[in-house]
Amino acid sequence: MSLQDELKAQIVKRLPELDVVIGWGQGYDSLHRTPLFITSEADVDKLVFDPLCVHNLSTYLTRYGSAKRIGVVVKGCDSRSVVELLQEKLIHRDKVMVFGLPCEGVADLGKVKRALAAKDLDMGRVRAASFADGDLVVTVSGQEIRLPMAEVQADKCGRCRYHNAVIHDEFAGQPITEAAPDTYADVAAFEEQTLEERMEFWREQMERCVRCYACRNACPLCVCRDYCIGQSREPNWVSQRDGLEEKFFFQMIHATHLAGRCTECGECERACPVDIPLLLLKRKLGKEILELFDYRAGTDPDAKPPLLNFKVQEDTINERGW
Amino acid sequence: MDALFLADDKLSAWLGELAAARRVLVPVREREAVVFRPYAAGVTPVLDRQANVPPKASVFPASEALMSFRYTKNPENLGQVAVEVHETIDAPPTVVFGGRPCDARGFLVFDRVYDTPKIQDTAYKKRRENTLFVTLACDDPQNTCFCNSIGSSPYDATGSDVLLTPVSGGYLVECASERGKELVESKLLSDGNALREEAKTVHASALSALGPAWNPSPAKAKLIEKFEDMGFWEDVSAKCISCGACTYLCPTCYCFNVTDERTGMKGERIRTWDTCMSYLFTLEASGHNPRPTKAHRLKNRVGHKFSYYPEIHGGPIACCGCGRCISLCPVSVDIREIVRLSIERPTAKPENK
Ligand code: SF4
Ligand code: SF4
Ligand code: SF4
Repeated sequence: MSLQDELKAQIVKRLPELDVVIGWGQGYDSLHRTPLFITSEADVDKLVFDPLCVHNLSTYLTRYGSAKRIGVVVKGCDSRSVVELLQEKLIHRDKVMVFGLPCEGVADLGKVKRALAAKDLDMGRVRAASFADGDLVVTVSGQEIRLPMAEVQADKCGRCRYHNAVIHDEFAGQPITEAAPDTYADVAAFEEQTLEERMEFWREQMERCVRCYACRNACPLCVCRDYCIGQSREPNWVSQRDGLEEKFFFQMIHATHLAGRCTECGECERACPVDIPLLLLKRKLGKEILELFDYRAGTDPDAKPPLLNFKVQEDTINERGW
Repeated sequence: MDALFLADDKLSAWLGELAAARRVLVPVREREAVVFRPYAAGVTPVLDRQANVPPKASVFPASEALMSFRYTKNPENLGQVAVEVHETIDAPPTVVFGGRPCDARGFLVFDRVYDTPKIQDTAYKKRRENTLFVTLACDDPQNTCFCNSIGSSPYDATGSDVLLTPVSGGYLVECASERGKELVESKLLSDGNALREEAKTVHASALSALGPAWNPSPAKAKLIEKFEDMGFWEDVSAKCISCGACTYLCPTCYCFNVTDERTGMKGERIRTWDTCMSYLFTLEASGHNPRPTKAHRLKNRVGHKFSYYPEIHGGPIACCGCGRCISLCPVSVDIREIVRLSIERPTAKPENK
């Protein structure tokens, strides 16, 4: 039985206990999948799982009242968000059923776009897409193009330590045994630039932010949403203007509120309609948290996130010894 | 009027000429996003794909000061405060170059609201008058484009002042309005009449690439019929994450918010884009919210575009078919599908209580 069929069978079996199961289905064209909300056996047929299932569906878990029992299909990285939500008691274990998957990596449609643009082709015109021998094969403007997955895979997948869902009630397929180390080499490389260069980089990037808050709303852990201090009118913390200050200020709010909670799933960056590399900001804080607290968010349901915890003397911070 | 020809290698010279007297906004690439930026020598416009962000801000900025104000206390009587108000309108002469027909047509939807016999939005009107559109016809539409279904086409020049069509070696340049004439008075443009036929072939092939058109007009009545059918709206909005990408990047979404921002005794009244997909959009001071869920809000976005707006304004749909709300939605909410379902799916009658 294929992994996808095994998953479908598990959902059919558990559906009677649940109000809805959230998975992925076919989107508007061959390169896009879209969140699928399964409430009947007939819906299960529409379920898809392949490297185009990019969305972290756990972002929906905090959007239902506590009366509902929700099933959610998760890849390894997505499952860490579920764990983090549990750690913070933002969801209840008995209200969530986790359908865990092993995941070899997803495509980064931004990279697909770039790879096609380099050949003077436009991702928006792809007419067919499939996977063969480790390649993403697309038909676009009358040409068949093979893009090696290694080239168009999301960066997070290349450094993934958690290919298998770290929490699950059902698990389909065979667990993957590899685990890559994450050395935060990207952050270190970025930090080799001078402060001015880095500031200039972010100035340029943030300039095109439209303050749509897709980054915030796609994030499974950014749970204030309708009550976000970036938008509240009373008090009016962040100006309504669209200058760099406001845009950057919001990203700082987002990043710092996610410190030690962010699992680096990359949904913020994926959701951004103007391709701002937001994950780099989150990764910087992730690196600091790892170095300071030896902590990786969303890996242990019983752990207390370091910034939601109080220790008189932190293990790695010399607070009183001077 | 005669058709003209612009050779590929004269493009930057022409942009240079246009930019001498005006702000010229051109689509440029920043990472994988295409956004409109002022043209300057050395800037390479991206003309082979639709911009992520439409040129909406050229006429309707994301944020603008409508007026500045200053309070002055009477030193003799501190309870007496005078206020001085200055209207601030920033409307530089502008050419939007290289937008698509849908981008320019978006403003026709604005016009019916902000420039009417009864209501004139002065800031909008001033910028509208000062902005001209040199539009590029699409030769190869994207999967999310559907202009043909809302009564337009990849070469529809309505709302544009000059229409460019890619032909071999350059562009066919055609005036599309009286005001466009001043833009094409350039020695860089030569006679293009011989290329008219080729341009027609480009137009026809772009239109056929869009596939068969579907008819959204029955949605006008059907969306009203489905107003109380919240089951339908919960179903189609399930995946929506309530961000503002669809509305902010929509060439026809025209809603705004007004905020007085004051520091000490002076401040500005600013107008900013608003989005009906946000919980805050209809949140009332009392705390009551008539559109408390994303289902209510998506109903408004689709209903407004395909039913209430055409009802109020005598027919036209408030959508230009550019497809950005589909292609740039983080979860691929597809407005075409929702409109189609609103027509096809039987309406659930509300239960009698
Ligand atoms: S901040 Fe970005 S990377 Fe971190 S959890 Fe949220 S969406 Fe994922
Ligand atoms: S998703 Fe991108 S454009 Fe939207 S608010 Fe976030 S950074 Fe800005
Ligand atoms: S439809 Fe898409 S873009 Fe619009 S608010 Fe919902 S998630 Fe955001």
